[in-house]
Amino acid sequence: MPQSVSESLQKAGSADARSSLRNGYVLEFEKPIAEVEQKVSEMKQIARSGGLDSFSDDIRRMERKATKLKEEIYRKLTRWQKVQMARHPQRPYTLDYIPRICSGWTELHGDRCFADDKAIVGGLASIDDVPLMIIGHQKGRGTKDNLYRNFGMPNPEGYRKALRLMMLAAKFNRPVVTFIDTPGAYPGLGAEERGQAEAIAHNLFEMARLPVPIVTIVIGEGGSGGALAISVADRIFMLEHAIYSVISPEGCASILYRDAAEAERAAEALKLTAPDLVNLKIVDGIIEEPLGGAHRDVDAMAALIKEKILSTLKELQQLSPEELVRARQEKYANIGFWLE
Amino acid sequence: MDWFRKTREGLTAKAKKETPDGLWVKCESCGEIIFRRELEKQFLVCPKCRFHFAMPGSQYISLLIDEESWEEIDTNIQAKDPLSFRDTQKYSDRILKAIKKTGQKEAITTGTGELDSNPVVLGVMNFRFFGGSVGSVVGEKLARAIDRAIAERRAVIIISSSGGMRMQEGMVSLMQMAKGSVKFSQLAAAKLPYISVLTNPTTGGTTASFSMQGDVILAEPRALIGFAGPRVIKQTIGQDLPEGFQRSEFLLEHGFLDEIVERKDMKAKLAQVLAFFSGNESS
Repeated sequence: MPQSVSESLQKAGSADARSSLRNGYVLEFEKPIAEVEQKVSEMKQIARSGGLDSFSDDIRRMERKATKLKEEIYRKLTRWQKVQMARHPQRPYTLDYIPRICSGWTELHGDRCFADDKAIVGGLASIDDVPLMIIGHQKGRGTKDNLYRNFGMPNPEGYRKALRLMMLAAKFNRPVVTFIDTPGAYPGLGAEERGQAEAIAHNLFEMARLPVPIVTIVIGEGGSGGALAISVADRIFMLEHAIYSVISPEGCASILYRDAAEAERAAEALKLTAPDLVNLKIVDGIIEEPLGGAHRDVDAMAALIKEKILSTLKELQQLSPEELVRARQEKYANIGFWLE
Repeated sequence: MDWFRKTREGLTAKAKKETPDGLWVKCESCGEIIFRRELEKQFLVCPKCRFHFAMPGSQYISLLIDEESWEEIDTNIQAKDPLSFRDTQKYSDRILKAIKKTGQKEAITTGTGELDSNPVVLGVMNFRFFGGSVGSVVGEKLARAIDRAIAERRAVIIISSSGGMRMQEGMVSLMQMAKGSVKFSQLAAAKLPYISVLTNPTTGGTTASFSMQGDVILAEPRALIGFAGPRVIKQTIGQDLPEGFQRSEFLLEHGFLDEIVERKDMKAKLAQVLAFFSGNESS
């Protein structure tokens, strides 16, 4: 049945193009998948040259095996594996999602005091005719781009730019959507000189009372105060393999175990995954990722994020500004565990 | 008989003392040998180099609050272990140890009192308790202190000394930064003043939240104040830090403090600032 062979080849071909495993970065726990996918691709090559009918069944069987393997592996990632997924070099960043989610994107630059921080991007956009302000951390892809973006680690001017945009949104009654993806606020000389702590503190204070809806999506790494500074929100959602932590597992390990290599243990102890944080009632929900992670199907991931933003804004926009702020403040005032 | 093996005895670190006792005390900064009673008379400040020794919370309270007007609040809140966190020891065990060591239940003491007849809510952080780290209990005590201030129309003064958020409570502790910010924005909405006093050291999420949110921000001389710790920055940039970096004087110079105030002048200064705001108390 030559038709079925060509059909399966076609299907496999498009899957090939999407698969980043073969031509990209393979994490340790992804190796079994990479092996099966490698085999599938070899079989296809043989099929292509020899055109053996019986191969199409074999190929399909192998592909099913690959899918099953992916399901097994990705649905049961350990916390440390999720840390690696969240930092995956091919993981989509804020500027990968923005064109897929919204239209009319106009990036706004600068904090009007010192500089334009490339580690935080922000601007005007609309999602299905809902105008809003989008702000997010931005990591770089590759060394050069990463240096330009400072590895997604903002300086104070990044937070001040973010605040300026949030105040602008509030002035014109537009909701704010933030994307979180940073290893943390930059711990540098200049950052301290220009008041990293003050910049973050100021953002927290204003976000606590900003009279417009704020929705946060943690798309990759939520690195402590540097993430919190743009994520005091009415609703916080995390992508399935994203993390959000008070300290990096490496930092925690070097303090508590005096050895950064103990990061795996620290990641387990810190409870930094999406399900952990839903359990702790810090995060409101999880957005499931395409099988194998957001980077394997950015369009599908973007569509899910967009849907979540729209439904959440619809819900939040029924509240008056006073009700909105009161509910946000109550939510945060209730976070904590103690004995008395 | 063990010639080659060192006996361990002389090597074990003695428990650090909050206030050095003994008749004479060596200054941590300039090495001056100070007569202990003289040091106490000077509010634990070195008479030679003006180094401010760490001051126990109870002493800071008596330094600031008018006699017999102090009433401690929320004395019975104690840390829980939301993550069942364990490193080399269980977090819950570490808490019990800290309580035993300091005789205090948490890293902040809060209460009401009068400062030169001005009604205030005062919170004093204690660095000896878990490095003054902020977890659920500090967050909740702050929140209640602010509620109290709003209900009784009092000004709020927080004396910070803290290494940041308490990582043993994970994200719950990070969220205390947001919780504190929410409460201080409520205090601002009630048009009540908040004076933040930074002492050595104040770093991490504490600086990056309530410590930097004061209407007026004061600091003791030469206190270490920053977001990232000096070691982390040194690692990042791979070179030594400039002299005086992240000290009070550096922050004042860069525009992040209103004034540096010596401990002996702190009460008078706070009274002055409070007097300026006090006309607005009935809103």
